[in-house]
Amino acid sequence: MELFVFVVAGAMVLGGAVGVIVRSHPVHAALSLILTLFGVAVLFVAQEAHFLAAVQVIVYAGAIVVLFLFVIMLLGVDNAEDLRIEPFKVQRPVAVVVGAGLLAMIGMAIIVSRKATVPVVTQSQAVQDAALEPHDSNIKALARDVFSDHVLAFELTSVLLVIAVVATVMLARKPRPGELTPLEPKVGAQ
Amino acid sequence: MLDLVWLIPALPLLGFLFITVAGRKLGDPKAGYFATAMVAASFAVTVGVFVDLMSKTAEERTHVRTLFQWIPVGSLKIDVAFLADPLSITMCLFVTGIGTLIHLYAVGYMHGDSRFSKFFLYLNLFAFSMLMLVLGSNMLVTFLGWEGVGACSYFLISFWHEKESAATAGKKAFITNRVGDWGFMMAMFFAFWAVGSLDYSVINGAAGGLTKTTATAIALFCFLGACGKSAQLPLYLWLPDAMEGPTPVSALIHAATMVTAGVYLMVRISPILEVSSSYAPTIIAIVGAATALFAATIAVAQNDIKKVLAYSTVSQLGYMFLAIGSGAYTAAIFHMVTHAFFKALLFLGAGSVIHGMHHEQDMRRMGALRTLMPITAGTFIIGWLAIAGVPPFAGFWSKDDILLFAYDKSPILWLVGLVTALLTAYYMTRQVIMVFYGKARWHDAHAEHGAHGDLVEGARSELAPHESPWMMVAPLVVLAGLSIVGGAINLPFSHNTERLVSWLEPVVVVHESTTAKLPLALVAIAVGLIGIAAAVLVYAKHKARVIEPQILADAWGYDRSVSNFMGGPGRKAFDGVVWADAHVVDGAVNGVGALVSATAGKVRKLQSGNVRNYAAAIGSGVVLLLVWFVVVRGML
Amino acid sequence: MIAAVATPTTTWYLLLSAVLFTIGVVGVMVRRNPLVLFMCIELMLNAVNLSFVALARRLGDIGGQSMVFFVMVVAAAEVVVGLGLVVAILRRKPHATTDDMAELKG
Repeated sequence: MELFVFVVAGAMVLGGAVGVIVRSHPVHAALSLILTLFGVAVLFVAQEAHFLAAVQVIVYAGAIVVLFLFVIMLLGVDNAEDLRIEPFKVQRPVAVVVGAGLLAMIGMAIIVSRKATVPVVTQSQAVQDAALEPHDSNIKALARDVFSDHVLAFELTSVLLVIAVVATVMLARKPRPGELTPLEPKVGAQ
Repeated sequence: MLDLVWLIPALPLLGFLFITVAGRKLGDPKAGYFATAMVAASFAVTVGVFVDLMSKTAEERTHVRTLFQWIPVGSLKIDVAFLADPLSITMCLFVTGIGTLIHLYAVGYMHGDSRFSKFFLYLNLFAFSMLMLVLGSNMLVTFLGWEGVGACSYFLISFWHEKESAATAGKKAFITNRVGDWGFMMAMFFAFWAVGSLDYSVINGAAGGLTKTTATAIALFCFLGACGKSAQLPLYLWLPDAMEGPTPVSALIHAATMVTAGVYLMVRISPILEVSSSYAPTIIAIVGAATALFAATIAVAQNDIKKVLAYSTVSQLGYMFLAIGSGAYTAAIFHMVTHAFFKALLFLGAGSVIHGMHHEQDMRRMGALRTLMPITAGTFIIGWLAIAGVPPFAGFWSKDDILLFAYDKSPILWLVGLVTALLTAYYMTRQVIMVFYGKARWHDAHAEHGAHGDLVEGARSELAPHESPWMMVAPLVVLAGLSIVGGAINLPFSHNTERLVSWLEPVVVVHESTTAKLPLALVAIAVGLIGIAAAVLVYAKHKARVIEPQILADAWGYDRSVSNFMGGPGRKAFDGVVWADAHVVDGAVNGVGALVSATAGKVRKLQSGNVRNYAAAIGSGVVLLLVWFVVVRGML
Repeated sequence: MIAAVATPTTTWYLLLSAVLFTIGVVGVMVRRNPLVLFMCIELMLNAVNLSFVALARRLGDIGGQSMVFFVMVVAAAEVVVGLGLVVAILRRKPHATTDDMAELKG
């Protein structure tokens, strides 16, 4: 059963990924991305990371890709780019070589370390308590881990989110008449 | 007193500095007296050091006084240090002694010159340099003095630089000396390379351990330097031209002191010359003898009173190198001392004549000056007898010493020396007769001058030659006295009378001669008298024809051929070197710049500003790193 | 009933994630549209998340999953800011591609 899930989800993931890089219309590419994200969510479930699967669908597929689509529609960058022409002749061969090399190296690393011994990791007490409960054990364990062991990272990422929101509002707002956008150089500063 | 040996060069240096600052205020003649006083004080200190050295035993007569460390570079430590030993103090004695006399003379000679104080400034600087040369305890201090006297010689020869010929003569002297200086520098490099030090005590002490080739190299390169400084055959051509300078300069620099620097150097490194291959001293002896003969032949046909003496100096220096080449170092020093006495005397006498004749230098327009300038004439005649080798004057003893050792070396060299002695007697007698005896030929000259409108006939009585003032005549008298008795320092009769030899023995290699002295001496006397008689016959009694071939007057065309070579093929060679420098050397340097520029232009294309290219670069970098760690370093 | 030939091991998941990552890298190098470029970056991030989760299960450490949690948060923030930038740029130069933004050319 697990094999079947893996194969199907894997096909979704890879198919969507290839679609992203191959489709010339950006909206098509966004839709392929959604396919990939769903496949990844399924794989999360197969790995018993239930909470993360839910977050993946809600945040990634539901918010981020929607954001992408908003911007595509807003700015009218929906005209397809012609993938047949490539201004830099060397770019595609280099991309092929880099991709092949990267895959070979990482693949080698993964395969060689197949038989490696697994180090024993002791979870914190909070996490171990959560593991004893049958229901919602994953989300409880995850919550206990984030909010006790990694609470500083949690706080920092919260601040990061606030900063990101504020920055984007500043960057993307329409300039009032006579005012320069943040990306325009001041007169005479060139 | 020995510790004060540094005062000997310091006093003239002080004089130089003081006159540079306050000379013009002192003026004529106080600046001159001040300069003379400085050199005289130096002489006094020298005498004190001499007395001090005499009081020590023969082995202890070497005293080194170090002033300060000059160049400490790695293993090479050079100090400014003075070596007071018999050889250097002997040189100092006559340099400062005759220097004082010439300074005094110059006060009178240069009276009325517009740059009076400048002259004495240069003279004191020269004295300082010469004393540094002689007193230096290592080759570099000697080289300092060597270069210093070369520079002062340039300043003084071209003192009247408004005259084109004087300026050219100064340049010629300096440049010719430079060629010799290269030889000295090469010798220093060899000495340092072989021994690791430039100190004379170390070099001479290690002479036994040097390889034959190294010793020969050092000796011959030093000889090249000496050829330049002491005007030997390939590099002599600056000395006759140097007569453009004022006569005190000719007397001091070109008769008594600077030209003897080469002889001093060769004697100083005599231990090294002794261990070099046998052809090295032979070369030196042959060059010396050839120069002596060559210059003597030219002097026979010269008409300028100073040029005769100039060629005579070259010839006598040739004798000194003949002595060095024959291993007779003490004889060379002996002849150097006596030559200083009588040559300075002759030059100062000639200067007195020139001064009295209102700067007339051509001997054909002189004559019968004996009655008008008695003291000058008397002292000049004493100098003439000394140089002609007439006993008991000083020149006879020293020249005889040299001829003795030359005979030991090779009878041919002795014969050359003998012929030169004959010619020396001949041309000096010729000079004496033309200047002081015979008819007075200067009336005609002044009549020519009168015709040019410069001189008024009524003032002809003022133009008559007159005796020179006391400050010019007194040195003549002193030098004449020294020329008479100077031989006493090294009479060959017995070991006791050879005082110079025993004085110099600790520091100079001394050989003994096995040949019988008396027959050679008699031959030399006979030859001298023949020369005198021949000249009297030709010039006084007019019984024989005057032989003054043009080629001799032209100095065998040597000067002209050198100029032609340097102007022609030499010039082309130098232009070639300049071209090589501009294109090869500069080309390489500029080429590097051009190469960097071109490479940068190509590499610049990597910075396309395009994100995708940068992403590709990053990707490639990552892959390469992974390959390095996995494959090459075997991290897996 | 489809008989399972083999159970997918951690290695399979890791290999899948490696392929997904490589596809993302190639995509960044090849595509010119800035938004598609961003999507390829998201592919890479997802590949990494996948490998984290696989290893978390293998090692029995919940820390891998909390890592994924934080990656997602940061990815979201990054997308927000990035899209803001793209909006600002494209407002000035409509229809610009990444190739047109070459002011850093040396």
